[in-house]
Amino acid sequence: MTDSSLPEPGVRRSDALDRTDAANAARNERRRRGRAFLFVVPLLVFIAFAFVAPIGTMLFRSVYNPTTAALVPETLEALRDWDGEGTPDAEAMRRFAVDMKRMAGDRTSGQLAEEVNRLLPGTSSVVKSTARALRRVDDAELAANGDALLVEASERWAEPGIWRALRRSGRTYTEGYYLTALDLEMTREGDIQQRDTQIYLKLYGKTLWMAFVITVLTIVLGYPLAFYMAGAPPKVANILMVFVLLPFWTSLLVRTTAWIALLQTNGVVNSTLMALGVTNAPLEMLYTQFSTIIAMTHILLPFMVLPLYSVMRGIDPSYMRAAMSMGSPPIPAFLRIYLPMSLPGLSAGALLVFIISVGYYITPALVGGTDGQMISNIIAFHMQQSNNWELAAALGSLLLALILLLYWLYDRFVGASNIKLG
Amino acid sequence: MTKTTKLLTGAAALALAAGAGHAQDLTVTSFGGAYGAAQKEHMIDPYMEQSGANILFEDYGGGVAEMKAQAESGNVQWDVVDVEVIDLERACSEGYVDVIDHSVLPPGDDGTPAAEDFIPEALHECGVGNIIWSVIWAYSEDAFDGAAPQTIEDVFDTEAFPGKRGLRKRPQVNMEWALLADGVPREEVYEVLATEEGQARAFAKLDTIKDDIVWYDSWSQAPVLLNDGGAQIVQSANGRIFAAIQDDGAPFAMGWDDNVYDLDVWAIMAGTDKKDAAMEFVKFATGTVPLSGMQDVAYGPTRKSAQALIPEELQPNLPSAHTDEGLKADGIFWADFGESLGEKFNEWLLQ
Repeated sequence: MTDSSLPEPGVRRSDALDRTDAANAARNERRRRGRAFLFVVPLLVFIAFAFVAPIGTMLFRSVYNPTTAALVPETLEALRDWDGEGTPDAEAMRRFAVDMKRMAGDRTSGQLAEEVNRLLPGTSSVVKSTARALRRVDDAELAANGDALLVEASERWAEPGIWRALRRSGRTYTEGYYLTALDLEMTREGDIQQRDTQIYLKLYGKTLWMAFVITVLTIVLGYPLAFYMAGAPPKVANILMVFVLLPFWTSLLVRTTAWIALLQTNGVVNSTLMALGVTNAPLEMLYTQFSTIIAMTHILLPFMVLPLYSVMRGIDPSYMRAAMSMGSPPIPAFLRIYLPMSLPGLSAGALLVFIISVGYYITPALVGGTDGQMISNIIAFHMQQSNNWELAAALGSLLLALILLLYWLYDRFVGASNIKLG
Repeated sequence: MTKTTKLLTGAAALALAAGAGHAQDLTVTSFGGAYGAAQKEHMIDPYMEQSGANILFEDYGGGVAEMKAQAESGNVQWDVVDVEVIDLERACSEGYVDVIDHSVLPPGDDGTPAAEDFIPEALHECGVGNIIWSVIWAYSEDAFDGAAPQTIEDVFDTEAFPGKRGLRKRPQVNMEWALLADGVPREEVYEVLATEEGQARAFAKLDTIKDDIVWYDSWSQAPVLLNDGGAQIVQSANGRIFAAIQDDGAPFAMGWDDNVYDLDVWAIMAGTDKKDAAMEFVKFATGTVPLSGMQDVAYGPTRKSAQALIPEELQPNLPSAHTDEGLKADGIFWADFGESLGEKFNEWLLQ
């Protein structure tokens, strides 16, 4: 505010603001802005609590894994210098036996079991049964003889593998969940290699592909509809608008269930096809990728139509008439005049539909069967069934990063300022 | 009663209920549906009447995720929870549920001490047995003209018994069935499944029917699939098929060969401040008479004295009558391999 408030050359001095006036003006301006900002504060607070904090927690959880380190810190300390071959020295094993007894007492052995089992499947029962076996042995005995008692409880403690898994699970910060989420793992030598199970990359790819197909389908269906609505008399446009909005207001679950009724083996579609003699046997439509795509296209169509319609309403029809009156055939006129003007709506719709479908969960879970599953269904699996929240967080963070990346690409090539929702 | 008085009484009842909501003594969580209704009738309502305590009866979908969330946030909202033993193993060793002192359990109505009255698996370190339930296979009698499937091998034989198989989308039970159908004896199933080769063998067997499988997520979908022809043979919790036959007269038949049975127990959430009240409820709910009420939904009681109260003609419907033909689900195995097999299973599905 300083330079611009100085008098420009040629402006008479008496007209210019002197310094005090300028400072006053600037202060008033700041105050006005401050007051205006107050209106935004509730939203910012809300976003911080409901959005930034949970996502931050999620990002943190995907790399922060303190369970083992908190449960058996001294064992880990004792294992630090072990070379990973043979069994660790007796002192470390005795230390661990004492820790195990304590964990059996305060019933935390299961948490350790889970951490070790994640790195070496099949060891959860070893850890838990050992803890149970050592529960009643007294501390002095454990401190003196713990290594033998461990191996007595389970022979697995004589193998180096389980100790390596224990030591590795003890790292508080780990990139392991991200590696898993990318179908990779770290070898003992510290090289990164492909895991035996290849699943997540494939799913990300499939999710993106399905989201793309759904976006294209909503454009194919939504663009002509919005175009027609924008040009139709208000009465017709309003009725069509109700047809768009009515499903939009209907619960997502209801709409998905309606598709189940339509697509199932003895459902409406199959009965009709068979009554018409188109097919003899019912087609398999439900619980496939096809049903996920068709149901999601239906559910997401309003997200395409609404921005398109609002932008198209603002396009003056006289431009098209002008182009055609100057001799352009309808299709080139549409491509060169109308389409570019409707692009802000189209890109807003496409971005909305794409981003929403990448994270879709309920519809694929209900009608997707096996091949109609998306990455969110696997995230839910890890949240609800395998209880591997850290992996779920890593998968979710990657999904978030992917969407940000796509948005960034979009902004670079199309320009985010071209998005128009109304 | 006039309309106005009806309305007023209704409002008064609501107000009372709302008031009671504040003073409620216990939150009990179970699986809902017909099973939850039977529990309400035979356990919750009689207990409220007898003790004067108020119980808020909630539903959940199983698993330990919600217990974990409550324990981690330090905000324990449930007091008593109905858990599948397969999940109990984990909830118990991770400290989400409390250790239970079985010596306080009342004897059976015939005087047998609790320790002898309960079947051995029912007295878990962290739980008291509620029901025996089983995963069976079932078929629609309309689906097969000639012979009906008899064994688990028939379920995997799509040439002799063409049609879709509706299976629940998770490795549990499916992996076991694949090995059983491939000729592995029941007592060796989990041993074989713990090896790489055994897992490969199970997936190879599942491969033979992969194109004929319809996967579903929730038990409630099983009778629906049979009903609308989506599948000719389904995997199901036995009670769901029983209810469809009993209540709706559906033409379904149950196959008990190689059924995989398991227990549900009542467990008490760790960190609840109403531990004593919770234990009182568990003592009541696992008494002889309340347990025998679970026959309504064809789940077997875990007390011998309750089994004796069930009429002879109903016995064959209960899983307890078919344990000889079945395999006990191994909670310890699934605690070890649930996650890694879950990943492999998902990978196999995507192939």
